[in-house]
Amino acid sequence: MDIIHSCFKAQIGEVVLPGDVFRFNVSSVEDDSSVKAEKIICGPGLRRNGDEIQVYKSGILRHKQPNLYWIDSQQKRYVPVKGESVIGIVTAKTGDIFKVDVGSSEQASLSYLAFEGATKRNRPNVQVGDLVYAQFIIANKDMEPELVCIDSCGRANGMGVFGADGLLFKVSLGLVRRLLSPQSEIVKDLEKIFPFEMVVGLNGRVWIKAKTIQQTLIVANLLESCENMTAQQRQALFKRVADGAL
Amino acid sequence: MPNDGSTKLSKNLLRMKFMQRGLDAEAKKQLEEAEKRIISDEHWYLDLPELKAKESYIVEERSYVPCEDLVYGRMSFKGFNSEVEKLMVLMNAPKEEDDEEEEKDVTRMDTDITDEEMAMRYGSLVESMKRRFAKKRDRSSVKNEEDVNHNIEDTQPKKAFLKPQD
Repeated sequence: MDIIHSCFKAQIGEVVLPGDVFRFNVSSVEDDSSVKAEKIICGPGLRRNGDEIQVYKSGILRHKQPNLYWIDSQQKRYVPVKGESVIGIVTAKTGDIFKVDVGSSEQASLSYLAFEGATKRNRPNVQVGDLVYAQFIIANKDMEPELVCIDSCGRANGMGVFGADGLLFKVSLGLVRRLLSPQSEIVKDLEKIFPFEMVVGLNGRVWIKAKTIQQTLIVANLLESCENMTAQQRQALFKRVADGAL
Repeated sequence: MPNDGSTKLSKNLLRMKFMQRGLDAEAKKQLEEAEKRIISDEHWYLDLPELKAKESYIVEERSYVPCEDLVYGRMSFKGFNSEVEKLMVLMNAPKEEDDEEEEKDVTRMDTDITDEEMAMRYGSLVESMKRRFAKKRDRSSVKNEEDVNHNIEDTQPKKAFLKPQD
């Protein structure tokens, strides 16, 4: 394990570029018997190529104990990943599946049976243009991605059609991850301002609803402006809003 | 007869099972080889060096969710949507504490019925069970005991055999 870690160690927290390679001395790795039990996990931005690990996104190399490495990168284009929850827009209804736009290169399909309590007789009420919060069950680079609105136990857990009103907008994937990170500073600052509801999809879509349209717009604008602000700037702005300056 | 030449049987015919009984070992071998060749010619394969199946110690993970411990995507603040707030608590509960929660559930189940309730229930049960196991003749005595306890006089006259008049 230490052998592998030592080859990443110098780069953790540093910027890496696509094409960078992390090599291990395979023979020494194989000698180290502890490695066999402890596998190394390369997260998004890192790709296995034989015995070496290649970087395919530009960003900062991150490490999480004990053996997880990934690239923290900024991008706007969403690439479906199995298990991730996203906000989709229903674009077509064809027989037993819905086509859902999730902002990726291809539209995802969503079966009418993949809703809580749906049966062949009891179809869910989904119209074209509806927003759905769903998770990917198939996300393969060669295949059409497939969404479901239930978990493995058949419960919705907040997934499904939502958003009778409110506002949907797009932010970068990096900002979405910052919003969803546990103990997110942005969310903590934001929730002091108004009571509001928010749905954050990992595909960069954010849906906001507050008591009035004006408040909804304020929250949405604040979130969009969070993209390129330091913590101090953000706190100053949020304080001004909370005081009723805007 | 097959070696006669004048009446040569076709290869396909010779390959049939019932024809092979009469063949000698040499001819059998030849036929088998020919059959093998036919089978391998019909199969197509990629002209690639054999892949060495090695156990990989590198696992790929495509999602940011496990890396950054991302939380549940639906949020509600200051009681705007109480349903979502309940869900938030449910979905964002730390995974390690699942077991602890279960334990808590168990203790809560224990306290569903308090000790006093339990005592009351069993107190009344003692009587009914006692009556059940008592013989028919003893039942009246059991009743009497009850009466004594409660100081309630038996208002109904005791049934007795009435001699029919002649």
